[in-house]
Amino acid sequence: MLEFSQQVINGLTLGSIYALIAIGYTMVYGIIGMINFAHGEIYMISAYIGLITITALTVQFGVENVPLILLFTLVVSILATGAYGWTIERVAYRPLRGSPRLIPLISAIGMSIFLQNYVQIGQGARDLSMQPLISGGWRFGPEAGFQIYLSYMQVLIAVVTVIFMTALTLFIARSRLGRACRACSQDLTMTNLLGIDTNRVISLTFVLGAALAAVAGVLISLYIGKINPFIGFDAGIKAFTAAVLGGIGSIPGAMLGGVILGLSESFASAYLLTEYKDVVAFSLLVLVLLFRPTGLLGKPEIEKV
Amino acid sequence: MPRHFSEAVLVALLAGLLTVPILGIQIQVEGIHVSLEGNPAPVLLAMAVVFLLRLLQVPLKAASGLMHITRRFPLPTHLPTAYRPFLLALVIVAAAIWPFTASRGSVDIATLALIYVMLGLGLNVVVGFAGLLDLGYVAFYAVGAYGYALLSMHFGLSFWECLPLCVIMAATTGCLLGFPVLRLRGDYLAIVTLGFGEIIRLLLNNLDHLTGGPDGIGNIPKPTLFGLEFARRPSIEGGTTFHEFFGLDYNGADTVVFLYLVALVMTLLILYMINRLIRMPVGRAWEALREDEIACRSLGLNPTVIKLSAFGFGASTAGFAGAFFAARQGFINPESFTFIESAIVLAIVVLGGMGSQIGVILAAIALTALPEIARQFAEYRMLIFGLVLVLMMIWRPQGLLPATRPRLELPVRPEAPQ
Amino acid sequence: MSEPSPLALPTTAVADRPLLQVRDLSMRFGGLLAVDNIHFDVHGNQIFAVIGPNGAGKTTVFNCIGGFYRPTSGTVLLDGHSIHGLPSHRIARLGLVRTFQNVRLFKNMTVVENLLISQHAQLETGLLHGLFKTPKYRRAEAEALERAAFWLEKVNLLPVANREAGNLAYGQQRRLEIARCMITQPKLLMLDEPAAGLNPQETRDLDRLINELRAENDVAVLLIEHDMSLVMGISDEILVMEYGRPIANGAPEQIRNDPQVIKAYLGEE
Repeated sequence: MLEFSQQVINGLTLGSIYALIAIGYTMVYGIIGMINFAHGEIYMISAYIGLITITALTVQFGVENVPLILLFTLVVSILATGAYGWTIERVAYRPLRGSPRLIPLISAIGMSIFLQNYVQIGQGARDLSMQPLISGGWRFGPEAGFQIYLSYMQVLIAVVTVIFMTALTLFIARSRLGRACRACSQDLTMTNLLGIDTNRVISLTFVLGAALAAVAGVLISLYIGKINPFIGFDAGIKAFTAAVLGGIGSIPGAMLGGVILGLSESFASAYLLTEYKDVVAFSLLVLVLLFRPTGLLGKPEIEKV
Repeated sequence: MPRHFSEAVLVALLAGLLTVPILGIQIQVEGIHVSLEGNPAPVLLAMAVVFLLRLLQVPLKAASGLMHITRRFPLPTHLPTAYRPFLLALVIVAAAIWPFTASRGSVDIATLALIYVMLGLGLNVVVGFAGLLDLGYVAFYAVGAYGYALLSMHFGLSFWECLPLCVIMAATTGCLLGFPVLRLRGDYLAIVTLGFGEIIRLLLNNLDHLTGGPDGIGNIPKPTLFGLEFARRPSIEGGTTFHEFFGLDYNGADTVVFLYLVALVMTLLILYMINRLIRMPVGRAWEALREDEIACRSLGLNPTVIKLSAFGFGASTAGFAGAFFAARQGFINPESFTFIESAIVLAIVVLGGMGSQIGVILAAIALTALPEIARQFAEYRMLIFGLVLVLMMIWRPQGLLPATRPRLELPVRPEAPQ
Repeated sequence: MSEPSPLALPTTAVADRPLLQVRDLSMRFGGLLAVDNIHFDVHGNQIFAVIGPNGAGKTTVFNCIGGFYRPTSGTVLLDGHSIHGLPSHRIARLGLVRTFQNVRLFKNMTVVENLLISQHAQLETGLLHGLFKTPKYRRAEAEALERAAFWLEKVNLLPVANREAGNLAYGQQRRLEIARCMITQPKLLMLDEPAAGLNPQETRDLDRLINELRAENDVAVLLIEHDMSLVMGISDEILVMEYGRPIANGAPEQIRNDPQVIKAYLGEE
């Protein structure tokens, strides 16, 4: 039972990260119906930006106030990564608006390969590791037996995720731009006819998605403490799995899907074999698409004859 | 002009913002000591390039207007029919004679290029003709390669015995996977095949006792010429080698030339098959299905079977190429079957022109030979591949040599009375 | 619901068992009941029309019969056998084919290729025959072209046989769509607003063509149409729908005088 609880904690931590990335997939898909294959790379880039900012603050400027470092890193990373999200949409996707579905997908795959190699050329292909900024945690359970370990970092990930998710939900539900987003996801052409600049809304979607991926990237580089240019590919596919699992196009679905995927991976590596945790994630992706392509919270699509 | 100028400045600043954290500042790790190092040159270069591109946008637009004209009038891909068989024969003969005159290294590269030609032609049927985006194509390539390696290791079967078996195995895998997934919409299909490709790679990595795990399988025998081995000494007692049989001196280059010729014959076989298939009802059905699936269904065409035929054919081509790849390398491991490999084949198809066979052949040769020739740019190979995919989608999604499917014409006859 | 008047039917057309029987057919999309308890029979060689205001659910009925939608409830029998829940391509092979409200041709293929595609089911000669271009394969291909030529002449499209279908005039596209259906030798041809977008002359030609098809090919026709003069002139029996429900069923003259139909079309006094 204690080990089970430990896996729940680990799974929720992982799930929060997946959920943050998954939102970027789901929002873009909801509005322009495309799979932004390069979204995983956005997350990878944000991890690098986060690492550089933290190093700059701690090593170069000698800042020691942890909350200040954290806040500053998040802000820098969100801004820079948001710029990446905006640019990628502008350069690689906007010229393709209105083409058949596979065209922007291929462009996105190209973008993903490009970004991965771009970072590899800039920063090298090797693993970069860093000293933990926040260490320690709480232990529960008997002194002698199995103890549950809840690190401060895990708590931080949960808290930050909840804050950003709440902010996003409020933004979508309450603000003018959020309303425009919802309108676009129902009917892009109609929204455009009603005088809303849909291109701006689409840009905003990419920036928001990138910002949340940036949060995930900063948190993961603090949590795992090790990054390389290839972390985006796996994380991207897994977050996409989470988005599909929850019902692509649905923001609460992406959150739910992320948590479910995080938990199942955590259990798979605990009770099956660690090597097969990725197989579990990919199989889940294949099975969901086959048997419930609308996901848990998605709406069914009616084929027009 | 001032507006253009200020916009160009803004865009250059954006380029600076984007490149500073990745190219401009490098993280240096020495032991536990982490430090940052500035590297302004690439950032300034990127800013300058973007600035100039933006400033010269108007003249560039005019130039791309010219590209529109070439798009309107595609390059003549159809030679006058009378010359075609003659020209084809000439090309084939030249390709067969060439290795005897060329250096060993370039023949080896050409063999590799032929493997990519086979893969490109196979994926072209799936993506170009049938319009199904398969991102896990490399899985079938792996099935062929591991199929041959394992069959020869455990059952001692020869390359030629294994070749049809590998084709059958890859086709079966393709059909087993394709049957449930082909009813999915295009982009979901792409992701499912991607997931499937990754699952195969992970299994190859983890089923150590069967596949050798990350270390892979070595000592895979090369093909033989009617039982004659290309080696200094026969590997089995009482065997005969090529040079002994013909009374020649042993020459390592013979193997390379022979492998090239095998690849050439295999490629020609695939080309023949595809050229028949696209003229047959099934080939027409691929195109019809890509255009309008609902209309096809309303006329009694079973979409699953038709898609499956394209998918299965593509898979078997990959299996075919995979078996040869294993034989050529003599050694395989899961590293050769990553998603990047699928992406390279996709880039070949996209660059060549979806559905265009000449285009795919030229693109495969260009994308495999160029990085070998320009080794100093090897680091930038995948960067350029990625860029090619994006730029092609923006400028010429139909590829450099767009496809023209052969049409079956109704013979002209006297005008029917109105 | 009135009995179909025997006077309206050509006596030869009355078969013992209806070709198509639709019973209690309903289709629900979420909260919307698009088709509500539709019930009708089409006999062999009969021309049967479904009419009603826009949004009455006529095309949805077609989609349910043709297997494009899975009806929420009800049964559809073709020749006495249930085709309920069969995939659309199986239903087409059983002899029930259709045209579409907004023409669905293979626009990038030539006219004659469009007709070859619809012979796909009959043209399957086996992979090896095709790969090696055997005499059997050549013969099958020649016959298919022959049949295509026959139908192109029938619908007066022979001169444009090798043109791309997408470049045809609208009326020609509609005729090609009908030829593409007829070449499969169907038992029942479903036409979804075949006269939409046609000029009066083309509509008269269409009228003649449908009658010819029925007379020469032993095919029953089920059509949705808004052009009242065409429907009243051509149909043996008419079903009127409104808001997904059947409001009248009978011979043209009965329908013309039915107070409920008049109300549906002209509104309340």
